[in-house]
Amino acid sequence: MKLREIAHSRTGDKGDKINLSLIAFDRSDYARLRAAITAESVASRFASLAAGPVERFELPQLGAMNFVIHNVHGGGVTRTLAQDAHGKCWSSAFLDMDLPKED
Amino acid sequence: MKTVRIGTGAGFSGDRIQPAVQLAAEGNLDFLVFECLAERTIALAQLRRLNDPNAGYDPFLTERMTAVLPDCARTGVRIVSNMGAANPLAAGRETARIAKALGLSLKIAVITGDDILEAVRQGHAGPEASALYDHLGNRVISANAYIGAFPIAAALDEGADVVITGRAADPALFMGPLIHSFGWKPQQCELLGRGVLTGHLLECGAQVTGGYFADPGVKDVPALVDVGFPIGEVDETGGVVISKLEGTGGSVSPATVAEQLLYEVHDPTRYYQPDVIADFSKVEIMSVRENVIRLSGASGTKKTGMLKASVGYRDGFQGEGQISYAGPNAVRRAQLAGEIIETRLRRHDGYRDLRIDLIGINSVLGCDLSTGADPYEVRLRCTARADDKALAERVGREVEALYLNGPAGGGGATASTRETVAIAPVLVPETTIELITQWLEAP
Repeated sequence: MKLREIAHSRTGDKGDKINLSLIAFDRSDYARLRAAITAESVASRFASLAAGPVERFELPQLGAMNFVIHNVHGGGVTRTLAQDAHGKCWSSAFLDMDLPKED
Repeated sequence: MKTVRIGTGAGFSGDRIQPAVQLAAEGNLDFLVFECLAERTIALAQLRRLNDPNAGYDPFLTERMTAVLPDCARTGVRIVSNMGAANPLAAGRETARIAKALGLSLKIAVITGDDILEAVRQGHAGPEASALYDHLGNRVISANAYIGAFPIAAALDEGADVVITGRAADPALFMGPLIHSFGWKPQQCELLGRGVLTGHLLECGAQVTGGYFADPGVKDVPALVDVGFPIGEVDETGGVVISKLEGTGGSVSPATVAEQLLYEVHDPTRYYQPDVIADFSKVEIMSVRENVIRLSGASGTKKTGMLKASVGYRDGFQGEGQISYAGPNAVRRAQLAGEIIETRLRRHDGYRDLRIDLIGINSVLGCDLSTGADPYEVRLRCTARADDKALAERVGREVEALYLNGPAGGGGATASTRETVAIAPVLVPETTIELITQWLEAP
């Protein structure tokens, strides 16, 4: 199962940091997302695009988390040579992560 | 309870104009706010001003003001915008010229003082800025501090029909009208934090009304083609209801609002702004009815006394060339072309950050995250940075030279070079800035 089946996301950028929200469509899936998607798993997902570290912030009343990825390769929107200078496409790659089966 | 209606007229410089005209005409608004400045935008504006002292304000200001001023004047909607960018006074003069040409009588306030380049050069902008300036020296071309909402509110207090700023914090453009309307004070942190929430939700225009949200079959948005811009109705306790005009496309839902709520936010308990540290961590999102969402629970704590500033500096030239390959074996031919370009460029010293992309294969997310399909056509993109402009231009020339000197069947080569202005963020003491409001009258 892919993350995108139960959650949505938007990328934001500031300097050489990118944030990825992760919002459950149904709040009852929040606990499952919280258990499965950690700062470490997000850091590993984006290891080829950012040196890290990754911070995770939790907003249970919204069924949401916010991940902040530090040290984006290329140094941010004004100086990167990347086509997607803002990193706006990252949310789609995020949502393509596999979600482990529930026990 | 007194309420104020604020509409978003633009969420970035290049935003669509027609939805703003519709809001000005039919939105029953008190204020229309155009947020047109980003990290990248102000850097480019500074470069334009360096090349032409009368330029450096928003490139779409003329088109935008011409389109909305008649309706705003007719319906009594007051305008706030950071379209001043790197040259607010020139933006004010151009707005006055347009108003006069349209036969409108307007009072225009221009707020300057966000430009702290001289203070940075003189070493009067705090240790962070000084250290950066010592490192970059005369490569530094600009420094702009993010100013807060109170000077905007003061200009509205004095009767401005249009307020134009340079680098103001995005939410501050929306908080200015709220502070003006409700008389909020600098020490009322909770109210200011709620004002930041309103500003943050509205600042990106359609991103809260269904724009940048649709994923067909997963997250469908009705009539995205005619997506409407948002309206925030705010009461004097800072409570906010987000909606859009009846009949416009798009969607305002808990999901669209939640995506925007966290957009560009790091720690939701500490969203740093010039006037307050906003706290979004306890925000609740409630559906009132279709396309009407109420938010509550935002708060705030005392500001830090430091302002974020963007220091722009010359960072060489970026040269780029692209060429397409199509048909069987297109990817292999494009890869070969990329290898040839890279080898040819590496024979020269002076290239930094060389990058070869195959558009359609790995150009956006890189090899690790891109899945390996074999398309029938692919576009090679070669780009590199160099301090020397001629060297940067060579990147595109080498790509064009693939026509006669590369693999079979390349087509549609293009080349471009641009100067890079990089931005470094620093924190400066708020005592660095001295804000000045100037008044222009039209006619």
